[in-house]
Amino acid sequence: MATPGATTLSDDTGPIPPALRGLLPVLLALPVLALAEWTLGASPFATYLLSVVGVNIILAVSLNIVNGMTGQFSIGHAGFMAVGAYIAGVTSLSLKEIGIPGVPVAVSDQLLFVEALLAGGVCAALCGFLVGLPSLRLRGDYLAIVTLGFGEIIRVFVQNTEAFGRALGLSGIPQYSSVAMVYFWVFLVVLVARRIAGSSHGRSLWAIREDEVAAEAMGVDTTGYKVRAFVISSFFAGIAGGLFAHFVPIINPGSFTFVKSMEIVVMVVLGGLGSTTGAIVAAIFLTLLPEGLRSLFGAMGAEGSLAQKVDQIRMPVYGVLLVVLMLARPQGLFGTRELWDVLPRWLPRKKKGLT
Amino acid sequence: MRRLAPMLLAALAVLAVACEKKTQPTGEGNSQPAAQLPATAQGGPVPAGNDVIVLGEVGALTGGQATFGISSRNGIALALKEANAAGGVKGKKLVVRVYDDQSKPEEAAQAVTRLITQDKVVLILGEVASSSSLAMAEKAQAAGVPMITPSSTNPTVTEKGDYIFRVCFIDPFQGFVMAKFARENLKLNKVAVLQDNKSAYSIGLTEVFRQKFAELGGKITVTESYSQGDTDYRAQLTAIKKTQPEGIYVPGYYSEVGVIARQARELGLKVPLMGGDGWDSEKLFELGGSAIDGSYFSNHYSPDNPDPRVQKFIADYKADNNGAVPDALAALAYDAARVAIDALKRAPDTSGPALRDAIAQTKDFPGVAGVITLDAKRNAVKSAVVLKVADGKTSYVTTIAP
Amino acid sequence: MSQLLQHLINGLASGTIYALVALGYTMVYGVLKLINFAHGDVMMVGVYMGYASAFALGREAQRSLWGVVVIFAVAMGGCALLGFLIERFAYRPLREKPRLTALITAIGISFALSYGFQLDVSFDGPFDFSIAGRRGGSFDFHFDRLVLLPGASPRAFPEIIAPTEWFILGDRDVVLWNWQVISLLIAVSLMVALQFLVYRTRFGKAMRAVSWDHRTAALMGIPTDRIISLTFMLSSALAAGAGLLYAIKDTSVTPLMGLYVGLKAFVAAVIGGIGNVPGAVVGALLLGLVEEFVVGYAASTWRDAVAFGFLILVLLVKPGGLFGRVAAEKV
Repeated sequence: MATPGATTLSDDTGPIPPALRGLLPVLLALPVLALAEWTLGASPFATYLLSVVGVNIILAVSLNIVNGMTGQFSIGHAGFMAVGAYIAGVTSLSLKEIGIPGVPVAVSDQLLFVEALLAGGVCAALCGFLVGLPSLRLRGDYLAIVTLGFGEIIRVFVQNTEAFGRALGLSGIPQYSSVAMVYFWVFLVVLVARRIAGSSHGRSLWAIREDEVAAEAMGVDTTGYKVRAFVISSFFAGIAGGLFAHFVPIINPGSFTFVKSMEIVVMVVLGGLGSTTGAIVAAIFLTLLPEGLRSLFGAMGAEGSLAQKVDQIRMPVYGVLLVVLMLARPQGLFGTRELWDVLPRWLPRKKKGLT
Repeated sequence: MRRLAPMLLAALAVLAVACEKKTQPTGEGNSQPAAQLPATAQGGPVPAGNDVIVLGEVGALTGGQATFGISSRNGIALALKEANAAGGVKGKKLVVRVYDDQSKPEEAAQAVTRLITQDKVVLILGEVASSSSLAMAEKAQAAGVPMITPSSTNPTVTEKGDYIFRVCFIDPFQGFVMAKFARENLKLNKVAVLQDNKSAYSIGLTEVFRQKFAELGGKITVTESYSQGDTDYRAQLTAIKKTQPEGIYVPGYYSEVGVIARQARELGLKVPLMGGDGWDSEKLFELGGSAIDGSYFSNHYSPDNPDPRVQKFIADYKADNNGAVPDALAALAYDAARVAIDALKRAPDTSGPALRDAIAQTKDFPGVAGVITLDAKRNAVKSAVVLKVADGKTSYVTTIAP
Repeated sequence: MSQLLQHLINGLASGTIYALVALGYTMVYGVLKLINFAHGDVMMVGVYMGYASAFALGREAQRSLWGVVVIFAVAMGGCALLGFLIERFAYRPLREKPRLTALITAIGISFALSYGFQLDVSFDGPFDFSIAGRRGGSFDFHFDRLVLLPGASPRAFPEIIAPTEWFILGDRDVVLWNWQVISLLIAVSLMVALQFLVYRTRFGKAMRAVSWDHRTAALMGIPTDRIISLTFMLSSALAAGAGLLYAIKDTSVTPLMGLYVGLKAFVAAVIGGIGNVPGAVVGALLLGLVEEFVVGYAASTWRDAVAFGFLILVLLVKPGGLFGRVAAEKV
């Protein structure tokens, strides 16, 4: 049994007064985000890729709250994402022509965007609550299959609803999203996950993960904590979906199948169950991997007929790499630890890893 | 409270940052292409030397629609090979960058963005699925790079802007063709519909067919659905059988239709099946066997067209692809690539606007899948042929003009 | 009335296939507590092996009794080997690790197989070889091309069991085919055989012991690794057999077929109570019937939603599935 929650906020101790400590990450993140937005404005490809990476980070980190910290096994995360994407998308579409009086168009657009995101997130959270309830009775793999079923039901629902564009998908959603907005939410979800991990709430989740019966015996309200974890996690999945809907030109039921859920689970497990930074690193790695393979093959295959066929090989290679990675590091990249617990061992001199 | 305050602060700050950017390029999401991105203007890492013109292609090489994406890729490859053998365009060789989108629109958007910004392609070919094409169209239009979709039939695709073209029918036309044929030539009164609920193409054809067929005085008995990837359609067919239709409209792809025909016969449904260009493939006969005999579908061209152009295409395609006979998607992709090459030859240079204008002027272009003239809405105006299936072959029945 | 009967036949026929695939899930889960996500893809590989051997045998031989036996033997044997390799190299090294780890490798293998088979890899050139028969004579094989990976386009599985109607009512209002009966018989007899194997043989006793607690079982002198290997081989061979019956039934063979059937079969296994042999069969038949009747009498667009809704309903009423027991928590 690994020691749960080996990470605490005590790592951050230093000469900073406690009152400022809460603000510190925000102060640090802001200039970085501003800089990123400024430099990337001209490169649509980098913007797009970074947005995808960001969305996947949000998904992985939020799923990690349920799968990693609480030890419940949810494989329907794409369903929550779909709820968020479609609700936010429909909200934005219907608010497209409306502006908030008295503020510039761009500002009102962004405010409406946030509103749409929140609408999507709240709806997803509501669904999370509904799915979380069965976890009162179900354990382990049975819960997993219920979440999977939920995801599929959502997909069928979308496919049969005219307002959601059916099989063609919903297009024409205003593309409000920006790298800064995506990473603001990334930052928020990481903050929430870290704060949960360090709080007594998080301790209870760890306890449930390690031994539900014992946790209950110690007076942990297991049901309440599990449902809350579900709700938080699906809220952020909904936000991720909403963001996704605002930078991908079209959202389509085919994007939210159980294969997508599986991809998110893979990120969480590969990063190390319970490790937030692990989930981040794995999300970044796995999202960029196919694109990297594309560059690699492009460099190798030049312009021959090989280059035309080579893009097909990415997915099988991805599968094989998954197996190899898991065999090489069965506990995930960081186990239950965080990046800064692991880094000192790898890089004996340099300390401090900022995410 | 302690946590809430910084969050709010951050939220506001990010909003400010995000908005600042938004105000500069006016109407980013609209149809105005950003001026600073003519594909070949900047130096950048142009991937190959100056003696090459790079085209981009996005297709589903893996995932549920891989078989269509691969056909399209092969068709485009053949067109390029021929063009290069004939000396290329403007003394330069043509190459195509093919990216896989795993049959997902978000991957298509990513791939097309990469093609535009990293590979600096002058023109984009692709997608079969309309949802992926819509995603690509948005990006291509914004960057001012012309895009020709070989086989996306949803009307909204070319409505994305003046850089987006197609060389195939649109859904309303094909649905109309078959409704008219069923009502006037086959004299059917009661028809059932079996649609693919996962495919926008199938849903589009179904809607138009139902409407037109009813307008022409026929009756739709029932509409049942399946999902792409299913292999058991007996439940739907049993339900259809109960309504005793005189024909069944199955606007799906050959990968499913062959099996549907087999199971329909198995359940004693002897009425003719009808469909659209998604049927056109040698695989239809392999999967359907004799069960598909006596069925009709609308198509762009007839493979037994004695036109040497068509016969040469079929022969060349077979030679390049281990004897596989081209399907409609391959033929359309081949045409799309040839329209693109033709435009490249006519255009004064390879900048986006020049190419766009050259493509828009395409008129009476002799494609293998029909003569292509692009209308003001950038759609191909072609007449459709209706083919009858019998003994593992198709035979020409009639032509229906738009 | 006749329509109802036909729906019943259809539903049982598709339920039968789910049942055979679900048995494989349930066996592996019973022993390892692992959801073997690659199971459906192993089935797909089995179907392609069967397809290839039917192709190699030629049109005449593939329809003869021995031809069918050879096809089944090649597919089931090949898949048993594949199952063994997967277990040996992808799951066994992770046995003492958290269960989710093995799940990820299962997903990895599933991706590698289903996407790998979408590649089109073949070699040109005539290949000839012959196998000397025991009583003189030899089997000669000649191939123009050797296909290593089949590519994404669907293929039609040859009719190795000539379809004949066994029962027709009215103007083909109700049709019952020979393969439908054969499949059902095979499924039921396999279920009985498995039940016998698990509860009446030494191997079965060992399996149950491993399932209960594999460390203790090892202490008792049970070769756990071998038992687990054998279980995997058995379940993979079963998958291949199921896949062939499926291909005979529905003709179309594609690299993604395992994904769809596998998911449904997994659902069926859970409905019945995963780890329980009769449960898998009953759950699968139920699921087949539910799907059939939703399409037949309600809305076909909602089939998958109803299937999963049914699953959730069952789990809410009986959290361990229909036949499963909710294990008492150890404190």
